[in-house]
Amino acid sequence: MEGIKAFFASRRGIIAVGLAIGVIAALLQKFGNPANMGICVACFERDMAGALGLHRAEVVQYLRPEIIGFVLGSLVAALAFKEFRPRGGSAPVVRFVLGAFAMIGALVFLGCPWRAVLRLAGGDGNALLGLAGLTTGIGVGALFLKNGYTLGRAQKTSAAAGWLLPLIMVGFLVLLLANPQVAEQAKSGVLFYSLKGPGAAHAPLFLSLAAGLLIGILAQRSRFCTMGAIRDLLLFRHTHLLGGFLALLVAALITNIALGQFHWGFDKQPVAHSQHLWNFAGMALAGLAFALAGGCPGRQLFMAGEGDGDAAVFVFGMIVGAAFAHNFGLASSPAGIGPNGMAAVLVGLAVCLFIGFTMRKTA
Amino acid sequence: MATTVDARGLSCPQPVLLTLEAISAGAEEQLIVLVDTDTSRENVTRAASSRGYASSNVQAEDDGFRLTFTKSRA
Repeated sequence: MEGIKAFFASRRGIIAVGLAIGVIAALLQKFGNPANMGICVACFERDMAGALGLHRAEVVQYLRPEIIGFVLGSLVAALAFKEFRPRGGSAPVVRFVLGAFAMIGALVFLGCPWRAVLRLAGGDGNALLGLAGLTTGIGVGALFLKNGYTLGRAQKTSAAAGWLLPLIMVGFLVLLLANPQVAEQAKSGVLFYSLKGPGAAHAPLFLSLAAGLLIGILAQRSRFCTMGAIRDLLLFRHTHLLGGFLALLVAALITNIALGQFHWGFDKQPVAHSQHLWNFAGMALAGLAFALAGGCPGRQLFMAGEGDGDAAVFVFGMIVGAAFAHNFGLASSPAGIGPNGMAAVLVGLAVCLFIGFTMRKTA
Repeated sequence: MATTVDARGLSCPQPVLLTLEAISAGAEEQLIVLVDTDTSRENVTRAASSRGYASSNVQAEDDGFRLTFTKSRA
């Protein structure tokens, strides 16, 4: 066990995990997930919100097994290595709001940091604007951190608080198995299923679940975090997590080229638009929110699997944010940004700046 | 004498930030950092060693860890 622990904590370990995620993501696309969206934590949580009927955007409704696998894989790894620690109480309401606006920003760009690199690995040049925005947002977050920004200390809490999100994911899995997709039907039992669009594109259920579980285990062990990769570089000049992030890019790029999934350009890229300013601004908002909340959307799922109730609150914030994004016309589509996308980004930035300036160490 | 940093309950990257601040402020020969998660233990250990503080002891206590680092003679 100690040897495994040491490997995943090493540079080779995080790079190996990044490589594995990159290959798995590209393969999931081959097996049916949307193009340049083998894994997208934001998009997939948005699809889950749709499957549950929290929004009624018909093209993005599917209870994604990858997300369930992320949390449960992390839970299994944390239990196996005795790292499951129920904890919470570090400004949960602030984390909820950060989660909601992180999602809204990500849906203006059309992807979380994971998908930003997967889009680049598929040849989508628009991802460069998103990554620039992401880096800018995280840079602003790093400035707040340097100046004493904190959400306060989490406390150890009773086991139930740590188990709730993993149990909810088990519940989602039960719902998925009890209400399986029926061909040509937009609804099965209580769940909504897309008939067209990205929500209708998915790998076979058990393949997606297995991929999610494997990534959950690997990421829990290695602490893989896309936001942390950029933040640690800007804040400390540390490149440990960056190794994993870049490995994901390289592995997905090579796999995409090998599978004929690489198409360079800016126009007509899958589930993407070319409004450069808003690709940049949407991801700047998401990056700032992730930095203020201490983790990318994937990392929040993995921490929730370890018993972190505050990370679970962030996840709920993202799911609710997705519902608002589609109900209020904030989310983009391949046709461009939503009718109220600009306003949402500006409001989100204002809220994040308010949080950044006001949540400080009280000496 | 030892400098002590209490980073228990703080989320990333604050444990590392506080540790590096303590080192920059001129920490003693011995640096003690209290953390509550394995992630923080690994991150703080990695950061401290990059600044010349070698891990000399890890003690589990109060549902967390007491990490002791000793400045290596360069």
